[in-house]
Amino acid sequence: MAAAAITDSAVEIAPGVHWVGALDPHLRSFDIILKTANGTSYNSYVVRGENGVAIIDTVKENFADDFFRRLESVAKYEEITTIVLNHLEPDHSGALPELLKRAPQAKVYLSSRAQMMLKALLKPSGEKPPEYIPVTTDDTVDLGGRTLRFLHTPYLHWPDTQCTYLVEDGLLFTGDIFGCHFCDNRLFNDTVGDFRFSFEYYYAHIMRPFREYVLDAIALIEPLDIQLIAPAHGPVLRHKPRDYVHRYRELATPRLFNEARSEKTLVVFYLSAYGNTRRMAEALAAGAESLGGVRVSLYDLEGGEADIFTDLVEEADGLAFGSPTINADAVKPIWDLLSSLTTVNVKGKLGAAFGSYGWSGEAVRLIEDRLRGLKLRVPVEGLRIKLVPDAGELDACRDLGEQLARHLTGRVEHREIDMAALA
Amino acid sequence: MPKAKVTFQDIGVSVTVPAGTRLIEVSEKVGAGITYGCREGECCTCLTKVISGGENLAPPSILEDQVLKDNMAPRGHRLACQAQIIGGEIVVKPA
Repeated sequence: MAAAAITDSAVEIAPGVHWVGALDPHLRSFDIILKTANGTSYNSYVVRGENGVAIIDTVKENFADDFFRRLESVAKYEEITTIVLNHLEPDHSGALPELLKRAPQAKVYLSSRAQMMLKALLKPSGEKPPEYIPVTTDDTVDLGGRTLRFLHTPYLHWPDTQCTYLVEDGLLFTGDIFGCHFCDNRLFNDTVGDFRFSFEYYYAHIMRPFREYVLDAIALIEPLDIQLIAPAHGPVLRHKPRDYVHRYRELATPRLFNEARSEKTLVVFYLSAYGNTRRMAEALAAGAESLGGVRVSLYDLEGGEADIFTDLVEEADGLAFGSPTINADAVKPIWDLLSSLTTVNVKGKLGAAFGSYGWSGEAVRLIEDRLRGLKLRVPVEGLRIKLVPDAGELDACRDLGEQLARHLTGRVEHREIDMAALA
Repeated sequence: MPKAKVTFQDIGVSVTVPAGTRLIEVSEKVGAGITYGCREGECCTCLTKVISGGENLAPPSILEDQVLKDNMAPRGHRLACQAQIIGGEIVVKPA
Protein backbone atom coordinates (compact mmCIF):
# COMPACT_ATOMS: atom_id res chain seq x y z
CA MET A 1 0.00 0.00 0.00
CA ALA A 2 1.11 3.55 -0.68
CA ALA A 3 2.72 5.56 2.08
CA ALA A 4 0.45 8.30 3.41
CA ALA A 5 2.75 11.00 4.68
CA ILE A 6 0.93 13.14 7.18
CA THR A 7 0.35 16.76 6.31
CA ASP A 8 -1.71 19.37 8.13
CA SER A 9 -4.82 17.62 6.88
CA ALA A 10 -6.58 14.62 8.28
CA VAL A 11 -5.56 11.17 6.97
CA GLU A 12 -8.29 8.83 5.80
CA ILE A 13 -7.81 5.40 7.39
CA ALA A 14 -11.09 3.93 6.04
CA PRO A 15 -13.95 5.46 4.03
CA GLY A 16 -15.40 8.23 6.19
CA VAL A 17 -12.94 7.59 9.03
CA HIS A 18 -9.99 9.93 9.52
CA TRP A 19 -6.93 10.20 11.72
CA VAL A 20 -6.82 13.71 13.19
CA GLY A 21 -4.08 13.21 15.78
CA ALA A 22 -0.75 14.91 16.33
CA LEU A 23 2.91 13.97 15.97
CA ASP A 24 5.44 14.58 18.74
CA PRO A 25 8.73 13.51 17.14
CA HIS A 26 11.05 15.15 19.68
CA LEU A 27 9.69 13.58 22.84
CA ARG A 28 12.35 11.40 24.51
CA SER A 29 10.81 10.60 27.86
CA PHE A 30 7.16 9.76 28.30
CA ASP A 31 5.47 10.03 31.70
CA ILE A 32 9.00 10.32 33.15
CA ILE A 33 9.43 6.53 33.27
CA LEU A 34 9.38 5.55 29.61
CA LYS A 35 12.08 6.26 27.04
CA THR A 36 11.30 6.79 23.38
CA ALA A 37 14.03 7.13 20.78
CA ASN A 38 11.92 8.84 18.13
CA GLY A 39 9.01 10.48 19.89
CA THR A 40 5.39 9.45 19.85
CA SER A 41 2.04 10.30 18.32
CA TYR A 42 -1.30 11.10 19.92
CA ASN A 43 -3.92 9.46 17.74
CA SER A 44 -7.41 10.80 17.52
CA TYR A 45 -10.05 9.72 15.03
CA VAL A 46 -13.17 11.08 13.37
CA VAL A 47 -15.98 8.74 12.28
CA ARG A 48 -18.66 10.13 9.98
CA GLY A 49 -22.15 8.61 10.00
CA GLU A 50 -25.31 9.68 8.18
CA ASN A 51 -26.68 11.35 11.31
CA GLY A 52 -23.61 12.64 13.02
CA VAL A 53 -19.89 12.69 13.55
CA ALA A 54 -17.99 11.01 16.37
CA ILE A 55 -14.59 12.03 17.72
CA ILE A 56 -12.66 9.25 19.35
CA ASP A 57 -10.12 10.54 21.92
CA THR A 58 -8.18 13.79 21.59
CA VAL A 59 -4.51 14.72 21.99
CA LYS A 60 -2.10 16.18 24.54
CA GLU A 61 -2.99 19.78 25.35
CA ASN A 62 -0.01 21.47 23.71
CA PHE A 63 -0.78 19.67 20.44
CA ALA A 64 -4.40 20.83 20.39
CA ASP A 65 -3.81 23.22 17.47
CA ASP A 66 -2.69 20.36 15.21
CA PHE A 67 -5.71 18.32 16.27
CA PHE A 68 -8.24 21.08 15.64
CA ARG A 69 -6.68 21.98 12.28
CA ARG A 70 -6.97 18.39 11.10
CA LEU A 71 -10.42 17.98 12.58
CA GLU A 72 -11.65 21.12 10.80
CA SER A 73 -10.43 19.68 7.50
CA VAL A 74 -13.01 16.87 7.68
CA ALA A 75 -15.86 18.01 9.96
CA LYS A 76 -17.68 21.03 11.25
CA TYR A 77 -18.03 21.42 15.02
CA GLU A 78 -21.83 21.57 14.80
CA GLU A 79 -21.82 18.13 13.14
CA ILE A 80 -20.21 16.48 16.15
CA THR A 81 -22.80 14.48 18.03
CA THR A 82 -20.53 12.08 19.88
CA ILE A 83 -17.24 12.20 21.75
CA VAL A 84 -15.83 8.85 22.83
CA LEU A 85 -13.19 8.79 25.54
CA ASN A 86 -11.42 5.45 25.49
CA HIS A 87 -8.84 6.66 28.02
CA LEU A 88 -8.70 9.89 29.99
CA GLU A 89 -4.98 10.23 30.63
CA PRO A 90 -3.99 13.81 29.77
CA ASP A 91 -2.15 12.84 26.58
CA HIS A 92 -5.53 11.78 25.18
CA SER A 93 -7.86 14.20 26.91
CA GLY A 94 -5.73 17.36 26.74
CA ALA A 95 -7.79 18.96 23.98
CA LEU A 96 -11.09 17.82 25.45
CA PRO A 97 -12.01 21.00 27.40
CA GLU A 98 -11.57 23.10 24.26
CA LEU A 99 -13.41 20.54 22.10
CA LEU A 100 -16.35 20.66 24.52
CA LYS A 101 -16.47 24.44 24.17
CA ARG A 102 -16.47 24.19 20.38
CA ALA A 103 -18.98 21.33 20.21
CA PRO A 104 -21.13 21.80 23.32
CA GLN A 105 -23.98 19.76 21.86
CA ALA A 106 -21.88 16.55 21.75
CA LYS A 107 -22.62 13.74 24.16
CA VAL A 108 -19.62 12.13 25.82
CA TYR A 109 -19.41 8.33 26.06
CA LEU A 110 -16.98 6.86 28.54
CA SER A 111 -16.59 3.92 30.93
CA SER A 112 -18.22 4.08 34.34
CA ARG A 113 -14.83 4.34 36.03
CA ALA A 114 -13.95 7.35 33.89
CA GLN A 115 -16.70 9.54 35.29
CA MET A 116 -14.82 10.80 38.35
CA MET A 117 -11.72 11.32 36.23
CA LEU A 118 -13.67 13.42 33.75
CA LYS A 119 -14.88 15.68 36.53
CA ALA A 120 -11.34 15.96 37.93
CA LEU A 121 -9.92 16.80 34.48
CA LEU A 122 -12.46 19.53 33.83
CA LYS A 123 -12.00 21.15 37.26
CA PRO A 124 -9.59 23.89 36.16
CA SER A 125 -11.86 24.97 33.30
CA GLY A 126 -14.60 25.76 35.80
CA GLU A 127 -17.07 24.52 33.20
CA LYS A 128 -20.01 22.38 34.11
CA PRO A 129 -19.24 18.81 33.02
CA PRO A 130 -20.84 17.96 29.67
CA GLU A 131 -23.64 15.46 29.27
CA TYR A 132 -21.87 12.15 29.64
CA ILE A 133 -23.09 8.61 29.36
CA PRO A 134 -21.27 5.73 31.07
CA VAL A 135 -21.14 2.70 28.78
CA THR A 136 -20.02 -0.90 29.00
CA THR A 137 -19.62 -3.96 26.76
CA ASP A 138 -22.21 -4.16 23.97
CA ASP A 139 -23.63 -0.67 24.56
CA THR A 140 -23.89 1.07 21.20
CA VAL A 141 -24.19 4.49 19.60
CA ASP A 142 -25.91 4.81 16.23
CA LEU A 143 -24.27 7.42 14.00
CA GLY A 144 -26.62 6.64 11.11
CA GLY A 145 -25.55 3.63 9.06
CA ARG A 146 -22.60 3.20 11.37
CA THR A 147 -22.57 1.77 14.85
CA LEU A 148 -20.04 2.30 17.60
CA ARG A 149 -20.01 -0.62 20.02
CA PHE A 150 -18.11 -0.44 23.30
CA LEU A 151 -15.94 -3.04 24.98
CA HIS A 152 -15.31 -2.80 28.71
CA THR A 153 -11.54 -3.33 28.94
CA PRO A 154 -10.44 -1.79 32.26
CA TYR A 155 -6.86 -1.40 33.55
CA LEU A 156 -5.21 -1.14 30.15
CA HIS A 157 -3.51 0.65 31.76
CA TRP A 158 -5.84 2.80 33.90
CA PRO A 159 -9.13 1.82 35.51
CA ASP A 160 -11.08 3.87 32.96
CA THR A 161 -9.89 2.29 29.72
CA GLN A 162 -12.26 0.90 27.11
CA CYS A 163 -12.20 0.00 23.41
CA THR A 164 -14.66 1.10 20.74
CA TYR A 165 -15.56 -1.03 17.72
CA LEU A 166 -16.97 0.38 14.51
CA VAL A 167 -19.20 -2.55 13.69
CA GLU A 168 -19.92 -2.14 9.96
CA ASP A 169 -16.27 -1.50 9.07
CA GLY A 170 -14.49 -3.82 11.51
CA LEU A 171 -12.40 -0.98 12.91
CA LEU A 172 -11.26 -1.23 16.50
CA PHE A 173 -10.23 1.91 18.41
CA THR A 174 -8.23 0.60 21.31
CA GLY A 175 -6.81 3.47 23.34
CA ASP A 176 -3.37 2.56 24.65
CA ILE A 177 -3.60 -1.19 24.06
CA PHE A 178 -1.76 -2.16 20.83
CA GLY A 179 -0.14 1.27 20.88
CA CYS A 180 3.50 2.29 21.14
CA HIS A 181 5.66 5.35 21.32
CA PHE A 182 6.85 5.53 17.74
CA CYS A 183 6.53 8.64 15.63
CA ASP A 184 6.48 8.21 11.87
CA ASN A 185 4.48 10.41 9.55
CA ARG A 186 3.77 7.49 7.21
CA LEU A 187 1.23 6.45 9.87
CA PHE A 188 0.35 2.89 8.83
CA ASN A 189 2.11 -0.23 10.08
CA ASP A 190 2.94 -1.40 6.55
CA THR A 191 4.58 1.90 5.58
CA VAL A 192 6.37 3.14 8.72
CA GLY A 193 9.83 2.06 9.85
CA ASP A 194 10.46 -1.02 11.96
CA PHE A 195 8.54 -0.41 15.17
CA ARG A 196 8.61 -3.93 16.62
CA PHE A 197 10.95 -2.93 19.44
CA SER A 198 8.72 0.00 20.40
CA PHE A 199 5.62 -2.20 20.37
CA GLU A 200 7.19 -4.78 22.70
CA TYR A 201 8.82 -2.15 24.93
CA TYR A 202 5.49 -0.41 25.34
CA TYR A 203 3.78 -3.64 26.36
CA ALA A 204 6.58 -4.48 28.80
CA HIS A 205 6.45 -1.13 30.56
CA ILE A 206 2.80 -0.12 30.33
CA MET A 207 0.65 -3.22 29.99
CA ARG A 208 2.62 -6.01 31.66
CA PRO A 209 1.55 -5.18 35.24
CA PHE A 210 -2.03 -5.65 34.06
CA ARG A 211 -1.59 -8.85 32.10
CA GLU A 212 -4.67 -10.56 33.58
CA TYR A 213 -6.73 -7.62 32.30
CA VAL A 214 -4.95 -7.86 28.94
CA LEU A 215 -6.11 -11.47 28.64
CA ASP A 216 -9.68 -10.48 29.57
CA ALA A 217 -9.61 -7.80 26.87
CA ILE A 218 -8.15 -10.17 24.29
CA ALA A 219 -11.01 -12.58 25.01
CA LEU A 220 -13.45 -9.81 24.08
CA ILE A 221 -11.46 -8.71 21.04
CA GLU A 222 -10.57 -12.06 19.43
CA PRO A 223 -14.11 -12.93 18.25
CA LEU A 224 -14.44 -9.61 16.39
CA ASP A 225 -14.00 -9.24 12.65
CA ILE A 226 -11.06 -6.84 12.68
CA GLN A 227 -10.03 -4.99 9.52
CA LEU A 228 -7.92 -2.38 11.26
CA ILE A 229 -6.75 -1.50 14.76
CA ALA A 230 -6.51 2.20 15.54
CA PRO A 231 -4.55 2.66 18.79
CA ALA A 232 -4.02 5.96 20.60
CA HIS A 233 -0.23 5.99 20.06
CA GLY A 234 1.98 4.83 17.23
CA PRO A 235 1.18 3.25 13.87
CA VAL A 236 -2.35 2.46 12.71
CA LEU A 237 -2.43 -1.31 12.28
CA ARG A 238 -4.13 -1.99 8.95
CA HIS A 239 -1.88 -4.81 7.69
CA LYS A 240 -2.61 -8.12 9.46
CA PRO A 241 -4.11 -6.44 12.52
CA ARG A 242 -4.94 -9.80 14.06
CA ASP A 243 -1.21 -10.56 14.33
CA TYR A 244 -0.97 -7.85 16.97
CA VAL A 245 -3.82 -9.38 18.93
CA HIS A 246 -2.04 -12.74 18.82
CA ARG A 247 1.20 -11.12 19.92
CA TYR A 248 -0.53 -9.52 22.89
CA ARG A 249 -1.91 -12.88 23.91
CA GLU A 250 1.60 -14.33 23.75
CA LEU A 251 3.06 -11.46 25.72
CA ALA A 252 0.41 -11.70 28.43
CA THR A 253 0.78 -15.44 28.85
CA PRO A 254 3.08 -16.51 31.73
CA ARG A 255 6.66 -16.57 30.52
CA LEU A 256 7.96 -19.41 32.63
CA PHE A 257 6.68 -22.93 32.54
CA ASN A 258 5.70 -23.71 36.12
CA GLU A 259 6.99 -27.20 36.79
CA ALA A 260 5.51 -27.07 40.30
CA ARG A 261 1.97 -26.65 39.03
CA SER A 262 0.25 -28.19 42.00
CA GLU A 263 2.46 -26.50 44.57
CA LYS A 264 2.69 -22.94 45.77
CA THR A 265 6.00 -21.23 45.12
CA LEU A 266 8.11 -19.19 47.51
CA VAL A 267 11.17 -17.33 46.23
CA VAL A 268 13.71 -16.26 48.84
CA PHE A 269 16.10 -13.48 47.82
CA TYR A 270 18.94 -12.53 50.11
CA LEU A 271 22.26 -10.76 50.40
CA SER A 272 24.80 -11.55 53.05
CA ALA A 273 28.07 -9.85 53.95
CA TYR A 274 29.31 -12.39 56.50
CA GLY A 275 27.06 -15.38 55.89
CA ASN A 276 24.60 -14.62 58.71
CA THR A 277 21.65 -13.51 56.57
CA ARG A 278 22.47 -16.41 54.23
CA ARG A 279 22.16 -18.88 57.12
CA MET A 280 18.84 -17.28 58.01
CA ALA A 281 17.67 -17.64 54.39
CA GLU A 282 18.66 -21.30 54.29
CA ALA A 283 16.86 -22.04 57.57
CA LEU A 284 13.76 -20.17 56.41
CA ALA A 285 13.78 -22.10 53.13
CA ALA A 286 14.16 -25.42 54.97
CA GLY A 287 11.25 -24.52 57.26
CA ALA A 288 9.00 -23.62 54.34
CA GLU A 289 9.90 -26.85 52.51
CA SER A 290 9.33 -29.00 55.58
CA LEU A 291 5.54 -28.64 55.53
CA GLY A 292 5.18 -29.88 51.96
CA GLY A 293 3.11 -28.20 49.28
CA VAL A 294 5.52 -25.31 48.77
CA ARG A 295 8.35 -25.22 46.27
CA VAL A 296 11.08 -22.95 47.62
CA SER A 297 13.80 -21.29 45.54
CA LEU A 298 16.78 -19.55 47.09
CA TYR A 299 18.62 -16.75 45.27
CA ASP A 300 21.65 -14.76 46.36
CA LEU A 301 21.13 -11.34 44.76
CA GLU A 302 24.87 -10.88 44.62
CA GLY A 303 24.82 -13.41 41.81
CA GLY A 304 22.28 -11.63 39.62
CA GLU A 305 20.75 -8.35 38.61
CA ALA A 306 17.28 -7.11 39.40
CA ASP A 307 15.97 -7.35 35.85
CA ILE A 308 16.63 -11.04 35.41
CA PHE A 309 14.52 -11.90 38.46
CA THR A 310 11.41 -10.07 37.28
CA ASP A 311 9.88 -13.10 35.56
CA LEU A 312 10.45 -15.21 38.68
CA VAL A 313 8.81 -12.62 40.89
CA GLU A 314 5.83 -12.33 38.56
CA GLU A 315 5.18 -16.08 38.79
CA ALA A 316 5.85 -16.58 42.51
CA ASP A 317 3.10 -16.90 45.10
CA GLY A 318 5.32 -15.70 47.94
CA LEU A 319 8.46 -13.59 48.18
CA ALA A 320 10.86 -13.31 51.10
CA PHE A 321 13.69 -10.78 51.17
CA GLY A 322 16.73 -11.03 53.42
CA SER A 323 19.08 -8.13 53.89
CA PRO A 324 21.71 -7.12 56.38
CA THR A 325 21.49 -3.57 57.68
CA ILE A 326 24.28 -1.28 56.52
CA ASN A 327 24.19 2.37 57.54
CA ALA A 328 20.64 2.00 58.85
CA ASP A 329 19.28 0.72 55.54
CA ALA A 330 18.74 -2.43 53.49
CA VAL A 331 21.43 -2.93 50.89
CA LYS A 332 21.14 -1.48 47.39
CA PRO A 333 20.54 -4.70 45.38
CA ILE A 334 17.41 -5.29 47.47
CA TRP A 335 16.13 -1.81 46.65
CA ASP A 336 17.08 -2.27 43.00
CA LEU A 337 14.94 -5.39 42.87
CA LEU A 338 12.07 -3.87 44.83
CA SER A 339 12.06 -0.76 42.63
CA SER A 340 11.94 -2.83 39.44
CA LEU A 341 8.72 -4.60 40.38
CA THR A 342 6.43 -1.87 39.13
CA THR A 343 6.48 -3.58 35.71
CA VAL A 344 4.84 -6.76 37.03
CA ASN A 345 1.78 -7.43 39.14
CA VAL A 346 2.79 -8.31 42.70
CA LYS A 347 -0.42 -7.14 44.32
CA GLY A 348 -1.73 -9.64 46.86
CA LYS A 349 1.34 -11.90 46.85
CA LEU A 350 2.67 -13.04 50.21
CA GLY A 351 5.69 -11.03 51.36
CA ALA A 352 8.17 -11.29 54.22
CA ALA A 353 11.51 -9.85 55.31
CA PHE A 354 14.40 -11.01 57.46
CA GLY A 355 18.01 -10.16 58.12
CA SER A 356 20.99 -10.13 60.42
CA TYR A 357 22.34 -6.84 61.71
CA GLY A 358 25.25 -5.47 63.69
CA TRP A 359 23.92 -2.60 65.70
CA SER A 360 20.72 -0.97 64.44
CA GLY A 361 18.82 -3.42 62.17
CA GLU A 362 16.40 -1.15 60.29
CA ALA A 363 16.49 -3.14 57.03
CA VAL A 364 13.71 -5.61 57.87
CA ARG A 365 11.12 -2.99 58.78
CA LEU A 366 12.05 -0.85 55.77
CA ILE A 367 11.63 -3.82 53.44
CA GLU A 368 8.29 -4.70 55.03
CA ASP A 369 7.08 -1.12 54.48
CA ARG A 370 8.10 -1.31 50.84
CA LEU A 371 6.35 -4.66 50.41
CA ARG A 372 3.14 -3.21 51.86
CA GLY A 373 3.60 -0.20 49.58
CA LEU A 374 3.72 -2.57 46.63
CA LYS A 375 0.47 -4.06 47.98
CA LEU A 376 1.88 -7.41 48.93
CA ARG A 377 0.32 -8.85 52.05
CA VAL A 378 2.72 -9.18 54.96
CA PRO A 379 0.93 -11.28 57.57
CA VAL A 380 3.99 -12.57 59.41
CA GLU A 381 6.28 -10.18 61.26
CA GLY A 382 9.80 -10.26 59.88
CA LEU A 383 12.78 -11.58 61.75
CA ARG A 384 15.79 -9.52 62.86
CA ILE A 385 18.75 -11.32 64.38
CA LYS A 386 21.76 -9.63 65.90
CA LEU A 387 24.94 -10.79 64.16
CA VAL A 388 25.44 -14.58 64.22
CA PRO A 389 22.23 -16.64 64.52
CA ASP A 390 22.49 -19.34 67.18
CA ALA A 391 20.61 -22.64 67.13
CA GLY A 392 17.49 -21.15 68.73
CA GLU A 393 17.48 -18.23 66.32
CA LEU A 394 17.84 -20.56 63.35
CA ASP A 395 14.82 -22.43 64.71
CA ALA A 396 12.97 -19.08 64.65
CA CYS A 397 13.97 -18.72 60.97
CA ARG A 398 12.65 -22.20 60.24
CA ASP A 399 9.46 -21.27 62.07
CA LEU A 400 9.13 -18.13 59.93
CA GLY A 401 9.46 -20.34 56.84
CA GLU A 402 6.82 -22.72 58.19
CA GLN A 403 4.44 -19.84 58.89
CA LEU A 404 4.90 -18.53 55.36
CA ALA A 405 4.21 -22.01 54.00
CA ARG A 406 1.04 -22.21 56.10
CA HIS A 407 -0.15 -18.91 54.69
CA LEU A 408 0.63 -20.00 51.15
CA THR A 409 -1.19 -23.29 51.52
CA GLY A 410 -4.16 -22.08 53.59
CA ARG A 411 -3.16 -23.98 56.73
CA VAL A 412 -2.99 -21.08 59.16
CA GLU A 413 -4.24 -21.66 62.69
CA HIS A 414 -6.75 -19.11 63.92
CA ARG A 415 -5.22 -16.22 65.87
CA GLU A 416 -6.76 -13.43 67.91
CA ILE A 417 -4.86 -10.17 68.17
CA ASP A 418 -5.40 -6.58 69.20
CA MET A 419 -4.84 -3.90 66.58
CA ALA A 420 -2.75 -1.93 69.06
CA ALA A 421 -0.22 -4.78 68.97
CA LEU A 422 0.24 -4.49 65.21
CA ALA A 423 3.11 -2.45 63.83
CA MET B 1 -13.36 3.79 73.10
CA PRO B 2 -15.85 1.16 71.83
CA LYS B 3 -14.23 -1.90 70.33
CA ALA B 4 -15.18 -4.28 67.55
CA LYS B 5 -13.83 -7.61 66.29
CA VAL B 6 -13.03 -8.21 62.66
CA THR B 7 -12.17 -11.67 61.41
CA PHE B 8 -10.28 -12.06 58.15
CA GLN B 9 -11.33 -15.50 57.11
CA ASP B 10 -8.65 -16.00 54.45
CA ILE B 11 -5.77 -15.78 56.93
CA GLY B 12 -7.63 -16.96 60.03
CA VAL B 13 -7.02 -13.85 62.09
CA SER B 14 -9.45 -11.97 64.34
CA VAL B 15 -8.46 -8.43 65.27
CA THR B 16 -9.89 -6.29 68.04
CA VAL B 17 -10.12 -2.75 66.65
CA PRO B 18 -11.36 0.62 67.85
CA ALA B 19 -14.75 1.63 66.44
CA GLY B 20 -14.35 3.99 63.50
CA THR B 21 -11.52 2.02 61.87
CA ARG B 22 -11.86 1.30 58.17
CA LEU B 23 -11.53 -2.30 57.05
CA ILE B 24 -8.55 -1.59 54.81
CA GLU B 25 -6.50 -0.18 57.69
CA VAL B 26 -6.77 -3.45 59.60
CA SER B 27 -6.51 -5.64 56.55
CA GLU B 28 -3.28 -4.00 55.46
CA LYS B 29 -1.70 -4.19 58.92
CA VAL B 30 -2.58 -7.79 59.45
CA GLY B 31 -1.58 -8.86 55.91
CA ALA B 32 -4.95 -10.20 54.81
CA GLY B 33 -5.55 -10.88 51.13
CA ILE B 34 -7.71 -7.83 50.45
CA THR B 35 -5.74 -5.87 47.89
CA TYR B 36 -6.34 -2.22 47.21
CA GLY B 37 -5.73 0.42 44.59
CA CYS B 38 -6.83 4.02 44.95
CA ARG B 39 -8.04 3.91 48.57
CA GLU B 40 -10.52 6.59 47.56
CA GLY B 41 -13.54 4.43 46.77
CA GLU B 42 -13.21 4.64 43.01
CA CYS B 43 -11.28 1.70 41.61
CA CYS B 44 -13.14 -1.15 43.34
CA THR B 45 -9.91 -3.15 43.77
CA CYS B 46 -10.57 -3.65 47.50
CA LEU B 47 -13.97 -5.28 46.98
CA THR B 48 -14.60 -7.42 50.05
CA LYS B 49 -17.19 -10.07 50.82
CA VAL B 50 -18.87 -9.52 54.18
CA ILE B 51 -19.69 -12.99 55.42
CA SER B 52 -21.44 -11.85 58.58
CA GLY B 53 -21.91 -8.73 60.66
CA GLY B 54 -22.58 -6.38 57.75
CA GLU B 55 -24.83 -4.37 60.05
CA ASN B 56 -21.75 -3.55 62.13
CA LEU B 57 -20.30 -1.52 59.28
CA ALA B 58 -21.44 2.06 58.62
CA PRO B 59 -23.79 2.10 55.61
CA PRO B 60 -22.17 2.78 52.22
CA SER B 61 -22.00 6.35 50.98
CA ILE B 62 -23.67 7.35 47.71
CA LEU B 63 -20.25 7.14 46.03
CA GLU B 64 -19.55 3.64 47.37
CA ASP B 65 -23.03 2.48 46.39
CA GLN B 66 -22.48 3.76 42.86
CA VAL B 67 -19.08 2.10 42.52
CA LEU B 68 -20.50 -1.21 43.81
CA LYS B 69 -23.34 -0.96 41.31
CA ASP B 70 -21.03 0.01 38.42
CA ASN B 71 -18.92 -3.03 39.12
CA MET B 72 -21.88 -5.35 39.48
CA ALA B 73 -20.81 -6.27 43.01
CA PRO B 74 -23.05 -8.98 44.47
CA ARG B 75 -25.12 -8.31 47.59
CA GLY B 76 -23.09 -8.34 50.82
CA HIS B 77 -19.99 -6.80 49.31
CA ARG B 78 -18.27 -3.61 50.41
CA LEU B 79 -15.23 -1.55 49.54
CA ALA B 80 -12.69 -2.13 52.31
CA CYS B 81 -11.29 1.37 51.88
CA GLN B 82 -14.70 2.88 52.59
CA ALA B 83 -16.37 0.50 55.04
CA GLN B 84 -16.07 1.83 58.56
CA ILE B 85 -16.38 -0.55 61.51
CA ILE B 86 -18.84 0.67 64.12
CA GLY B 87 -18.90 -2.20 66.62
CA GLY B 88 -19.77 -5.85 67.19
CA GLU B 89 -18.31 -8.71 65.17
CA ILE B 90 -17.66 -8.81 61.45
CA VAL B 91 -16.29 -11.62 59.29
CA VAL B 92 -14.85 -10.76 55.89
CA LYS B 93 -12.78 -12.25 53.09
CA PRO B 94 -11.46 -10.97 49.73
CA ALA B 95 -14.19 -10.94 47.05
